[in-house]
Amino acid sequence: MTTSAFGSSPAAVKVKRSTVASYVGLAIAIVLVIALAIGPFAFLTKGNQQNLVTLFTYIIMGTMWNLLAGYAGMVSIGQQAFIGIGAYGIVYAADQLGVGPIAAIPVAMVIAGVVAYLVSFLAFRLSGGYFAIGTWVIAEVIKLMTTQIQILGAGSGISLTAFSGYKPAIRIATVYWMALAAMVLAIAVTYLLMRSRLGTGFTALRDDPTAAATLGVNVTRSKRIIWVAAAMGCGLAGALLAANTLRVQPDSVFSVQLTATMLFIVVIGGIGTIEGPILGAIVYFTLEHFLVDLGAWYLVILGVVAIIMVLFLPQGLWGLISGRGRISLFPTGYRLMTNPATPPTVATQDNAV
Amino acid sequence: MQWANAVVQGVILGGLYALLAAGLSLMFGVMRLVNLAHGALAIVAAYLGMVLVNKTGLPPFATLLIVVPVMALVGWVLQRTLLNTALNRQSLAPILVTFGLAVIIQNLLLEIFTADNQSIDVGSLAGASIQITPDIAVGVFPLITFIVGVLVIAGLQLYLAKTTTGRAMRATSDDREAAALMGIDHRNLYALATAIAIGLVGLAGVFLGVRTQFNPTFGDVTLIFAFEAVIIGGLGSLWGTLWGGIILGVAQVVGAQAFPSSGVLLGHIVFLLVLAFRPTGLFPKVVNG
Repeated sequence: MTTSAFGSSPAAVKVKRSTVASYVGLAIAIVLVIALAIGPFAFLTKGNQQNLVTLFTYIIMGTMWNLLAGYAGMVSIGQQAFIGIGAYGIVYAADQLGVGPIAAIPVAMVIAGVVAYLVSFLAFRLSGGYFAIGTWVIAEVIKLMTTQIQILGAGSGISLTAFSGYKPAIRIATVYWMALAAMVLAIAVTYLLMRSRLGTGFTALRDDPTAAATLGVNVTRSKRIIWVAAAMGCGLAGALLAANTLRVQPDSVFSVQLTATMLFIVVIGGIGTIEGPILGAIVYFTLEHFLVDLGAWYLVILGVVAIIMVLFLPQGLWGLISGRGRISLFPTGYRLMTNPATPPTVATQDNAV
Repeated sequence: MQWANAVVQGVILGGLYALLAAGLSLMFGVMRLVNLAHGALAIVAAYLGMVLVNKTGLPPFATLLIVVPVMALVGWVLQRTLLNTALNRQSLAPILVTFGLAVIIQNLLLEIFTADNQSIDVGSLAGASIQITPDIAVGVFPLITFIVGVLVIAGLQLYLAKTTTGRAMRATSDDREAAALMGIDHRNLYALATAIAIGLVGLAGVFLGVRTQFNPTFGDVTLIFAFEAVIIGGLGSLWGTLWGGIILGVAQVVGAQAFPSSGVLLGHIVFLLVLAFRPTGLFPKVVNG
């Protein structure tokens, strides 16, 4: 889509957002989503569907963590707080408030968003590495407080019973479709958020914070919007995890391992792009499947790979595939075309950190 | 009187937290690097101390003569290889790399030592205590830990204030380029600072291993408590870190006295209150002080 043309010779210089690759990418994505949507009727077993729910949840988690670290420069080690709130939230809303298991998901997301908004006033007093540990402390506090609440099962956790009227095949397919829709929603919202004024503001911030502030980018407000959005996305992921396993245990839904998973997904796939976390989640999910017998060694290997990627391949696997951003399926930046007849020669302006 | 006892025990515990936090505070002060593997490295030292005591029969204090230099060397190598490289990369790299390191260390320890709780045996010293009043008794070993904590903070403060290298570290912290013009190679200085910091983590880890039972996942809370001590005390102030550790220790022990099994939570809440009302810490560094 041509958004504007400028200069003395309008035909010579054009600013474009979308490219052939992004139209092809969008077409493939639509076909893939339709195929996945009809999967339960055709080619996906119940086991396949449950596994795919895990994959979709990983994609949501990675996308949310990337929103924080890749676009807003905030490394959080406390995102498990919102996974846990989402998981407990769906159980509380569905079983105790009786709103039904599907309507309970947005309720869980709103709870996560409200908590995130409130704790942002504490967490935002820290920056960099101390922000990272600060969010972790906040997650610990939320976990310790949750385990004091008797109606939420205290330290031993709680089961989701709102699905008990469903036949297993119907329940699994329902959760699968919800997870698929949630994943599409999470990617679409991130994409639109990053193409909006907010996303442009973050690009400006990354390039020059002082100049961006002078131009009227409200740093704290922008960061808070991203922080709350990412928490709601993690709440969504937590609700899906609970719906998929029907069981919520404080030590697993509030585990820092969940944030480590997000970090690995984003670093391996590629930080600061929409495609990176999707690819990273697929790689992580596949590796987890095949290396499950390795036990703790699996995480040792992932840690080593992540460190190597951060130091020597900071654009991740997607950066390798896309040729450092020349191909973009979800273009969030602008590209300058010197002549519509020749391929782009000017560096792209993707919103990566 | 049980409250007075809780306060005394909390202060003593704070000495251990200050000891754990000293290295974190030093590394942040010198190179603005928050080492998320700090807690995991303390647990490595605890396991190293345990293995030495069990295999060689060395007295626990003697293991420090091996553990501290080994950990200092680990710190030096880490800085020269991984961390200096990370500091030259994009701004998120140090956080991502040290978190990755923490995950690696924790899972390696799990593979080697399993998830079982361990401790370092100090024999008769474990139960020894000094009766101060009829209601207050102080364990000899915790008291030694507290004294070592105070001495380490004082020593580090003197080192940074009085020695040429210490001054170079402060100069590099204030302005790396200007310090480089004076002939200070920041890479060597960073490696030295990390060697000192991780050496101190080694010291702290052995004391931690004697004081409480530990397992590979213990690095997480160790990092969190050290961080809380640093923030409560105020960034950039070593004496503040000591006070921060003491306040955290008192909050936890007195909190546990009031609400059994919620001591850690109350420690976190004191930290969050400081963050809310005094975000620069209770004992911030005096400018040009």
